[in-house]
Amino acid sequence: MSECKCKQLEAQVDYNLLDKIIDEEYGGDKENLIMILQAIQKEYNYLPKDALVYLAEKLSLPISHIYEVVTFYASFSLKPRGKHIIQICTGTACHLKGSDKVVKELCSRLKVEPGETTEDGLFTIETVNCVGACALAMVSVVDGKYHPSTNQSEMNKIIEELSQGE
Amino acid sequence: MLSNSKLKSIDDFYKYHNQVKEKIKETENVITVCCGTGCQASGSVEVLEALKEKIKTENIGVKVKPIVKSTGCHGFCSRGPLVILYPEGIYYQQVKLKDVEEIVEKTVKQGELINNLLYKDPLQKEKVSKAEEIPFYARQTRRVLQNIGEIDPFEIDEAIAHGSYQALVKALTSMSPQEVIEEVKKSGLRGLGGAGFPTGLKWQYCSSYPGEKYVICNADEGDPGAFMDRSLLEGDPHRVLEGMLLAAYAIGAKEGYIYIRFEYPLAVKTLHTAIAQARSLGLLGDNILGTDFSFDIKISTGAGAFVCGESTALMASLEGKVGRPRAKYIRSVEKGFRNSPSNLNNVETYANVPSIILKGWEWFAELGTEKSKGTKIFALTGSVNNVGLVEVPMGTSLRTIIYDIGGGTPKNREFKAVQTGGPSGGCIPKEYLDEPVDFERLTSLGSIMGSGGMIVMDQTNCMVDVARYFVHFLVEESCGQCTPCREGLVQMEEILNRITQGEGRLEDIDKLKDLGEVVGGFSLCGLGKSAPNPVLSTLKYFKHEYLEHIEEGFCRSGVCKKLFNFEIDPDKCTGCGLCKRKCPAEAISGEKKSPHKIEQNLCIKCGECYRNCNFDSIKPVPIKK
Repeated sequence: MSECKCKQLEAQVDYNLLDKIIDEEYGGDKENLIMILQAIQKEYNYLPKDALVYLAEKLSLPISHIYEVVTFYASFSLKPRGKHIIQICTGTACHLKGSDKVVKELCSRLKVEPGETTEDGLFTIETVNCVGACALAMVSVVDGKYHPSTNQSEMNKIIEELSQGE
Repeated sequence: MLSNSKLKSIDDFYKYHNQVKEKIKETENVITVCCGTGCQASGSVEVLEALKEKIKTENIGVKVKPIVKSTGCHGFCSRGPLVILYPEGIYYQQVKLKDVEEIVEKTVKQGELINNLLYKDPLQKEKVSKAEEIPFYARQTRRVLQNIGEIDPFEIDEAIAHGSYQALVKALTSMSPQEVIEEVKKSGLRGLGGAGFPTGLKWQYCSSYPGEKYVICNADEGDPGAFMDRSLLEGDPHRVLEGMLLAAYAIGAKEGYIYIRFEYPLAVKTLHTAIAQARSLGLLGDNILGTDFSFDIKISTGAGAFVCGESTALMASLEGKVGRPRAKYIRSVEKGFRNSPSNLNNVETYANVPSIILKGWEWFAELGTEKSKGTKIFALTGSVNNVGLVEVPMGTSLRTIIYDIGGGTPKNREFKAVQTGGPSGGCIPKEYLDEPVDFERLTSLGSIMGSGGMIVMDQTNCMVDVARYFVHFLVEESCGQCTPCREGLVQMEEILNRITQGEGRLEDIDKLKDLGEVVGGFSLCGLGKSAPNPVLSTLKYFKHEYLEHIEEGFCRSGVCKKLFNFEIDPDKCTGCGLCKRKCPAEAISGEKKSPHKIEQNLCIKCGECYRNCNFDSIKPVPIKK
């Protein structure tokens, strides 16, 4: 068996940066744990293990507590995510227009499950429970940009455009 | 902002208020571009930038150059991007980047209307040029949404010019904390996040306990299909901050928190700006306006857990822990956040408070029903022509909301149900369209008010699939600490999956009911207690669809893939070719102007053709065995 490709995507953690996030932005306060984790994830696109171990030490929290929080909230990822993050809204209005089918087709095309990253590290497919832009159903958020009415054909176009840019 | 220095007294505030009012008067020629999340997704920021650029570089020949500013969400999201030209109030919708040139050349320079940017009412078929002529707006009673679309949410001056913080000043100068509580109590305001608990009473309880107190705003708008809190925060954040200030004054709190979903990045940004501006004017912080009242607000962002909308889970999450609800033997007004008395209300509830204090409880209570007063904002979505935010008096009928304001279902498709209350709510069939909407009526119909999501469903929506969808949602979002919710919902999902796959059994219907009773009766928190509602309400009103899935192996709505084929009725098909163009699988063939045909072995049953056909010629049919 070859080594999992995600290993190659793992980030080198910059401890000075972590200090800045933990101490300067969030006052080294345990109560801000969730926001600190969000800030770290924003930096690395996921939560590197080394960063979590360091965070546990800094906040004097057991690593199990941090792991519990990270695995409880849907937005945290323990695995490196892809270069492009495609979030498909599965809120009610989007569901009624068939977003689950778009997710299925897209995942089978890219050979991943929702929440996973393609082998080449290019795409991560995620579902999100309502982004609150129901008027534009079905909505997807690609690298932070909202796309209205992304049906099957639109999604195919988006994927092709992003792949071609590589 | 006109000034960056703190307002040190009530007099300072009035002076500042007059100054900003004058400033706004000077700039009557204004073009506003809606920059809510919805319009942004449709490209409004590009339109805004292009308009700014064009206005700047052109020599327009009018004395006062129109200024272009962004506003929060107008609520008519399906028509975005929206551009409004003042003082005339010319309302342009679905404005594209290429229209900017024409808007400036024709309308700004020559006062000419551009016909194809005007709104055409689907019923009247006439084009109108002003927002107040559009039925979607005309039939609403916009009290809480009043300022949205008029003010720039990133400018506290505009909020102040439009009356923000006047209620705070009134309370600080002429009302005791207890008088504020009494006013809210008498108004009959209830928790608009869904629970409907009397707000004044909650404040009274919270104020009666000793110790450090907290005011918390629940902006974890997790119900899929609800976005009124997002729009309020994006469009008029100061109304919410002022509501929290009044609550803090009433109960005696010094610290406040807004817990907001990270999925709402624009609302988070607006709030950060609003709080910073309020602080710099001395409307938040120590000794507000020179009085001995001090209060400040921090923002905390959620990380994607629906259950955190539950009050005790939210408070746990605020403390940096996992959001697991606790049993409420002791209410959070006594021991909540940091084990201290905590008053938690939803965004819309706080947003109602300033007007109650400023205009009096009688003004507020003149609208509504016996037990539900004032207005409610609904997020009207799904199969309805006018998707957007709708604020109406409590007690307005579903028909008025869906047909008069919402413009009915698109392509005249048959209305099937309206889902209210998100995953905790239920589906209401057409027989009850004339029911007045308030907390009690919706509950008696087997649904709930919830936070105000209202999702219209038509013949293309399968009610078994809707029930399955919500149960699946709740399985994923259940925190897992109590057995009825964790295990019961999984069993319910399994049964519903089976039915939608064509493997249902007749006894499944009774099993679903039994399981629903156990989950609803014995779960710890509101999530589990209300979880069976989507299943029980669809079983009550749409049992025939369940039976059709089980007994005939047919999904009449064309949703459950294994239980139908799409076919084109050659007598109705005009050969327009729309379905062929929309089909992502290239499964439709046919010459122009002659009936088309679907290749069953290529069809992926995504439903694009079915939903888009303008001639009702595509139908789900049972699979021939």
